[in-house]
Amino acid sequence: MTFALETAANPEGLRRVAIDPVSRVEGHGKVTLLLDENNVVQQARLHIVEFRGFEKFIEGRPYWEVPVMVQRLCGICPVSHHLAAAKAFDRVVGGYPVPASADRVRRLMHYGQMLQSHALHFFHLSSPDLLFGFDSAVAQRNIVGVAQAHPEVAKKGILLRKFGQEVIRITAGKRVHGTGAVPGGINKLVTPEERDLLKRQLPQILAWAQDAVDIAKQLHAQNPALYNNFGSFRSNLLSLVRADGAMELYDGVLRVRDDQGRILFDQVSDQNYLELIEEEVRNWSYMKFPHLKSLGREQGWYRVGPLARVQNCDFIATPLAEIERQAFVAWGQGDLVHASLAYHWARMIELLHSVEVIAELLDDPALLSGDMVASGERQRSGVGIIEAPRGTLIHDYDVGDDDLVTRCNLIVSTTHNNQAMNEAVRAVARDYLSGHELTEGLLNHIEVAIRAYDPCLSCATHALGQMPLDVTLIGADGHVLDRVQKASDGQLNRQIASAIGLEA
Amino acid sequence: MSAETASLLVLGWGNRSRGDDALGPLCVEALQDALPTHLKRQVEFLEDYQLQIEFALDLVGRERILFIDASLDCRAPFEVRSALPRRDSSFSSHALSPEALLQVFVDLQGHAAPPATLLAIRGEAFELGEPMTDAAQAHLTAAVAWALDWIQR
Repeated sequence: MTFALETAANPEGLRRVAIDPVSRVEGHGKVTLLLDENNVVQQARLHIVEFRGFEKFIEGRPYWEVPVMVQRLCGICPVSHHLAAAKAFDRVVGGYPVPASADRVRRLMHYGQMLQSHALHFFHLSSPDLLFGFDSAVAQRNIVGVAQAHPEVAKKGILLRKFGQEVIRITAGKRVHGTGAVPGGINKLVTPEERDLLKRQLPQILAWAQDAVDIAKQLHAQNPALYNNFGSFRSNLLSLVRADGAMELYDGVLRVRDDQGRILFDQVSDQNYLELIEEEVRNWSYMKFPHLKSLGREQGWYRVGPLARVQNCDFIATPLAEIERQAFVAWGQGDLVHASLAYHWARMIELLHSVEVIAELLDDPALLSGDMVASGERQRSGVGIIEAPRGTLIHDYDVGDDDLVTRCNLIVSTTHNNQAMNEAVRAVARDYLSGHELTEGLLNHIEVAIRAYDPCLSCATHALGQMPLDVTLIGADGHVLDRVQKASDGQLNRQIASAIGLEA
Repeated sequence: MSAETASLLVLGWGNRSRGDDALGPLCVEALQDALPTHLKRQVEFLEDYQLQIEFALDLVGRERILFIDASLDCRAPFEVRSALPRRDSSFSSHALSPEALLQVFVDLQGHAAPPATLLAIRGEAFELGEPMTDAAQAHLTAAVAWALDWIQR
């Protein structure tokens, strides 16, 4: 677990390739590769080139506004931010634990979010690569291509996502800008009519979720060499688990396994995460690099998200997903599965688990009646940790006597995976790019590796006219040799242009 | 078309906390407020952070669609054009273009998409936590006036 290929020994004489931003990845990311005269990769980095300023956005606001406002940090997983903030402020208002009804409604909201996010990622962001191949025609390698060639797959993805959105609408009160979770609880129960509406759809949704796991599993079985080795590297794994070791996505204790599967830390309270984790700043990326304090930056970095969660837990407490977890573990033949593409398989196991949990919750009478809010002695700070679709999400706040937030620290899932995504880029660069001429298909290999982590690099700003892909080649003498811009309509514009100004 | 489905869908997107990215949602909100009462049952308004695949299902049964978004490269104060189904590459990460969404509709439903119009409102700045610029505010006012008239045609 070292940092080979992070920094070239002699970068002055190398050619630079920038992929900017990574397509179908939220926000602004840029990959730079320094190549020598023989096109051998000497340095590979995933840069985050947009400073996000989350803390500035939140500090100074009244704490009760924050669970609603943080949804605007990210247009992709607003519900996860909503719930993580609400959990943190449960502590501030002395409302932890929340009443049973509030717990059930929040869980329903959370698993609805997990379902819709995982469905979007697998069926619509990754399936083009997985179904058509990484080198397929670029015009085909998108959701429209999937819809044309495999309309049944595309439709299942849309309807799974639609169901998850319905769960969110019912529990959060609105399709967007939901207000369902408040510090200490919730402000709305589920009605019998809403519950019945969801229950009627469950058999079909469950069947599709099982189909989705089968698709992911078959992809591995059909091409084990690719799926086991592409973007593969060893790492520690971090996630929440339930106190008894079960998979737990809403509320639990922190657990870390090392790359051999041995438990390094367990039963760590979410309130004490700073005893476990620290963040490092590197001068070539705005995104920090978290790692385990006790192991340091080189040995202490870790992966979060589905691959970590499915292997960090001892079991999954729903029967169908547990069968699939066991099949996944068996695939590793006694070792942990470290392949980046295995994220897709693990993600679909979690999708199936989410449907099963939703089914259980819809049979729980606490959804329909009971106390909605708890309160107690006011506290000055609180931490809320949740397993968001992409991985562990940490919200940490201090609140003054005037009820205004005086400090906040957010560690989002993609930040936890920062080092891991860089490692995936390096693995792919080392295995696929060195010694080859660069083509769009080869560059897409790098994007495939990054997309496996479903990163969310920024927030929802998608004004018409933004240029989504920019590839620049810079020669050993520092001059721009070539620049290709790819518009959102797929048009390629090739031009000699000025350098784009990013430090390699 | 079911009895509950409004014939016109007005769909705007953007992030209200990112400066001029709020143009889409704020235009939807203003139209909703200004629409004469007798027309309210004929128009459904939706907003989201981004245009997403499941909106293909919201297009079903419509006679007309109006898409509204902020734009970095249209002429001020706004531009209007028809949106036609198209297989674009949709490299815009987790979001789709209006044209790609219409194409998804065609592929899923097996028939032509409803006629769709794109209202692109010129924006200038999109930073998190920043207010809308004065220029965008003026563009919004002009766009709302145009859209209100268009809806009632």
